[in-house]
Amino acid sequence: MGYRVSSIIARRRHPAAGYAAIAGGLVLAGALYGALAGGPASAAPGQSSASPANGRSLFIQSCATCHGINAQGTSQAPSLIGAGAAAVDFQMSTGRMPAKEPGAENTRKPVTFSPQQIADIAAWIQSLGGGPTIPDATQVSTSGADTALGEELFSTNCAQCHNAGGSGGALTYGKSAPSLVASTPTQIYEAMVTGPEAMPVFGDGTITPDEKRAIIAYITQTRTEANPGGFSLGRTGTVTEGIVAWLAGLGFLVLIAMWLTAKRKDMRIGGEGS
Amino acid sequence: MSDDAVKIPGALSGVGGWLDDRFHGARGVRVLMKKVFPDHWSFMLGEIALWSFVILLLTGTFLALFFVPSTTDIVYHGSYTKLNGIHMSEAYASTLRISFDIRGGLLIRQIHHWAANLFMVAICAHMLRVFFTGAYRKPREVNWLIGIVLFTLGMLEGLFGYSLPDDQLSGAGLRIFEGVLQGIPIVGTYLAYFLFGGAFPGSAIVPRMYIIHVLLIPGLILALISAHLFIMFHQKHTQMPLHGNTEKNVVGQPFWPYFMLKGQAWFFFIFGALVVLSTFAQINPVWLYGPYTPLAISSASQPDWYMGLLEGALRIMPAWEINFLGHTLSLSVLIPFAVPLGLIFTGAALWPFFEAWATGDKAEHHVNDRPRNAPVRTGIGVAAISFYGVLWAEGANDVFADKLQIPLYTITWIARFAVFLVPIGAYFVTKRICLGLQRKDAELLTHGVEIGVIRQLPHGEFIEEARRLTDEEHAVVASKRIPAALPGPGKLDPNGIPEPAGRGPVGWARGVANRAFTESIVPDGHGNGHGEHNGHAVADGEHAAITGGDSGDHHG
Amino acid sequence: MSPEDNEELAGPRRVIGTPSSAPAALDAKPPVPQEAEDYVPTDPADMGRAKVAERLAAVCFLIAFVAGICFIVAYIGLEVGPNNGGNSVVAAMRSNYALGSSLGLALLALGTGSIIWVRHLTPNIEIEEHRHDLKSAPQDRAGFQRDFATGTAITQVTKRPLLRRTMMIATAPLALAPLLLLRDLGPLPGKSLRYTVWKKGTRAVTLGGNRPLRPADMTAPGSMITVIPEGYQDDPDALAKAGVILIKFAPGELHIPTNYDGGTLVSTMNWTVDNIVAYSKICTHVGCPVALYEQTTHHILCPCHQSTFDAANGANVIFGPAARALPQLPLTTDAEGYLVASSDFTQPVGPSFWERG
Repeated sequence: MGYRVSSIIARRRHPAAGYAAIAGGLVLAGALYGALAGGPASAAPGQSSASPANGRSLFIQSCATCHGINAQGTSQAPSLIGAGAAAVDFQMSTGRMPAKEPGAENTRKPVTFSPQQIADIAAWIQSLGGGPTIPDATQVSTSGADTALGEELFSTNCAQCHNAGGSGGALTYGKSAPSLVASTPTQIYEAMVTGPEAMPVFGDGTITPDEKRAIIAYITQTRTEANPGGFSLGRTGTVTEGIVAWLAGLGFLVLIAMWLTAKRKDMRIGGEGS
Repeated sequence: MSDDAVKIPGALSGVGGWLDDRFHGARGVRVLMKKVFPDHWSFMLGEIALWSFVILLLTGTFLALFFVPSTTDIVYHGSYTKLNGIHMSEAYASTLRISFDIRGGLLIRQIHHWAANLFMVAICAHMLRVFFTGAYRKPREVNWLIGIVLFTLGMLEGLFGYSLPDDQLSGAGLRIFEGVLQGIPIVGTYLAYFLFGGAFPGSAIVPRMYIIHVLLIPGLILALISAHLFIMFHQKHTQMPLHGNTEKNVVGQPFWPYFMLKGQAWFFFIFGALVVLSTFAQINPVWLYGPYTPLAISSASQPDWYMGLLEGALRIMPAWEINFLGHTLSLSVLIPFAVPLGLIFTGAALWPFFEAWATGDKAEHHVNDRPRNAPVRTGIGVAAISFYGVLWAEGANDVFADKLQIPLYTITWIARFAVFLVPIGAYFVTKRICLGLQRKDAELLTHGVEIGVIRQLPHGEFIEEARRLTDEEHAVVASKRIPAALPGPGKLDPNGIPEPAGRGPVGWARGVANRAFTESIVPDGHGNGHGEHNGHAVADGEHAAITGGDSGDHHG
Repeated sequence: MSPEDNEELAGPRRVIGTPSSAPAALDAKPPVPQEAEDYVPTDPADMGRAKVAERLAAVCFLIAFVAGICFIVAYIGLEVGPNNGGNSVVAAMRSNYALGSSLGLALLALGTGSIIWVRHLTPNIEIEEHRHDLKSAPQDRAGFQRDFATGTAITQVTKRPLLRRTMMIATAPLALAPLLLLRDLGPLPGKSLRYTVWKKGTRAVTLGGNRPLRPADMTAPGSMITVIPEGYQDDPDALAKAGVILIKFAPGELHIPTNYDGGTLVSTMNWTVDNIVAYSKICTHVGCPVALYEQTTHHILCPCHQSTFDAANGANVIFGPAARALPQLPLTTDAEGYLVASSDFTQPVGPSFWERG
């Protein structure tokens, strides 16, 4: 659900945003109706309705093969004791967990668990050894957040991996920092406090909750912002600009030059210059 | 054309007469009007650079009306509300103002940046055209050298230009520039401190770059472009090897009115293409990069494309550094800074003289070569392109790693080998392709063009009918002129003394180069279909031979 | 070969890379028109084609005219800036699309019309210009040389060495003057590249928040944060050298980091506090901020040229062009328990330079 909403937000910078917004609104309304009609699955993650016992049985079915029956970790995967509900919610709500195969870098993929199931597992893991909890709505609220401070913190602590435009970037040995286009505010928050994969941890001691809101506001505002200069070219910078200059710029002009100088079919009249 | 039959409008005789009374211009301008411009699409490439430069001057002047070249720190409160309350330089704030508060400001800024990119693209393409057709040969060596200087100035101008807005990306570029300066032996730190007015980043660099960017370098470029055009005008344009084109004439359409109309159309198209790019393709969105602070950086920090070679060279280097006698020689900075560009620019500058020395060719050349007819030159050119291309691609290795899911170090390791191996391979493959094409040409000359009609001869043999080449085709196909072989090393003159040209290691080197330059495929001349009639294609093997020396084949 | 023969040719019409046959040979020299009217076609078929071409070009110019009007309308009608319903980015985008597409259309239409005009309405006149030798005639060259030599003889510059040499000496100081005048562009670097503003007791504060940190603020292993010396947040010159990243390790992960203290390699385990280690954020290659920290591999990657440092091993270089480890800042805590430097860096930070040694 979160995935769909934010991807619509991300496209708001497109000129056809109005139509997309209407279409998105319809889809959202339909999805909400479906979720409500579906009953208990509508519960938001982190709410008190989460059932650790149900989470444990789900965990044993889907996670214990790698993480161990008591989440104590195996040679395949780390211990989750003390990882906290935030880590579970981040990994599962972005589809990274359950992983396709152990060892490889996990990337965002379609979510296979319902929000309620994720909340249940998160609640169980939280009950094992504490750890970062799932942020509530006020913690990730961007209203009144200082986007200028967000820019300062983002460019100093995040852009080196995720790119100034949030489009992601390469790390060592084939790993990569993901694009932030699809990340919900909650996921951004969870990523900061849990440090998934190669990402370092930015706990509340180093980046305060208000600063986190500023960063989230900066990210969400930047990605939904229109591109005033035309198509964004993926916001990847000069590399694409150079390719466009050569292929589109020079390519087009060479075609025109060929038209301009093509041999004429009509009769040639000879003459002599000076 | 008749001088008196066309009716002369009154205004022309009036104003023209007034001017001529004072400047004595009628004769000179008349010559100018009849200046011949040969038509070929590749002759228009340099003009893209020319018109791009004109557009750069116009748009740059507009931007200068609003840009504030100052690093004075201010707190931003403006239209780009996301950054309200942030510290930034006046330079960055005024760039935001141009983008968001000046009507058409964003468009002009984007045109300026696209035009800068296109300017360098066009210079590059134009240089390649001149190189591959041999248009740099005597008497045009000086214009070739001016072109190389223009390319260098364009790079510097671009570097300063994209550093001016003082955004995060331009600051990163400047920081690298400063780091490279510091790496220069003995004087490096002094150069850096003098340029930046002290420690990096300081407050002097933006105004200093500004005056260099808007006055010094454009002035030099303008002067050199004028010299470039004057020399081109004076020496007359080269032409392609077509029917009727010789070393003693220029065939084409006169400046007035043809080239005037074409030039007008061309200017509109170049300007139009830049405007369309600037409308639909966002370039250098400085508002996303944020104002420069020395401790922030974005992934995929790349310079504009024409500096990509330097960036790639820096990325490809292993960590080489020498410490001796209390000094540090930072080879992992110096080599990438000096060697690749040095190789390309020095090599390009020396090439016309090297070629003349190796071939012993002292003649003037006004008819261009087809690339296939100069395999060594074409091979070296493609090798240089591939060398440039590997480093250029390596300059974007992190973007390729991210988008193509190839590990970062793998790309760098591939590039470390490819930068040496690919140019060598490219040279030999290109040379073979050229000789193959020459072989095809030789067959066209001896057998004509096969027309797809199979005929059975009375004794049962099948042949494919061929026609002889038309005059126009023949002029192109038979345009090859291979320089005469020099006396090789070991060749003796009639007195039994080695030829002076062949003596010593220099003579030996010249002999080797000369043999490479004179390698060529010539038609054997004894084929039975040499354009005499719709000849038979005889499939009995080789009708072309590799040889040195003048092809000597002329259409009978 | 006449054009008629050419028409009968079977097979490929032309060889790739060669032009098509000329409809009329240049040397045939059809009569050159004498009157302006002669340039207008008289053949009915040609007249028809010319008429179409004329109309097409005219349509192009009309499109350009309308697009030009649109440009003016867009300029006047579309406001940008702060007073635009709040969203200045969308306003700038609308303005850019409107101005750019109208101007682009006008220019491309003008160009298209001009090409149609020159290609389809002007008669195809080609002229031949003769090239003259670029080399001057021998008598001109000789005359020039004679005149130049005569002039030189009149000055007697070759005959009067005293005059010649004193004049050359006179120009030498003047030639140096421009270089001299550039001297005050900047101060001499002196020893300034060797030091940063860190000194004993300087607190490390977060960049942006300007908060001092206690070791307890970085409890989770894998934490990383950029810090600066307290009081220098508005001094970019100081920050460009003094930026530091703090990295928190799990117990036992941090191998004994070593670093140069002056010329000697020393163990710097006691430069860390509670498994928090501080490295210079300025790359030792050409000075980009290095901050791509991977907590799983402990790699610090520079995004500019991919120098990679191993944070768990004294930030030694494991890949890329940087030749030396990131300098480590000696850390300790002050009386209030905040993280402070126990001294400046013990070696110069940032790119190598000649005097570094």
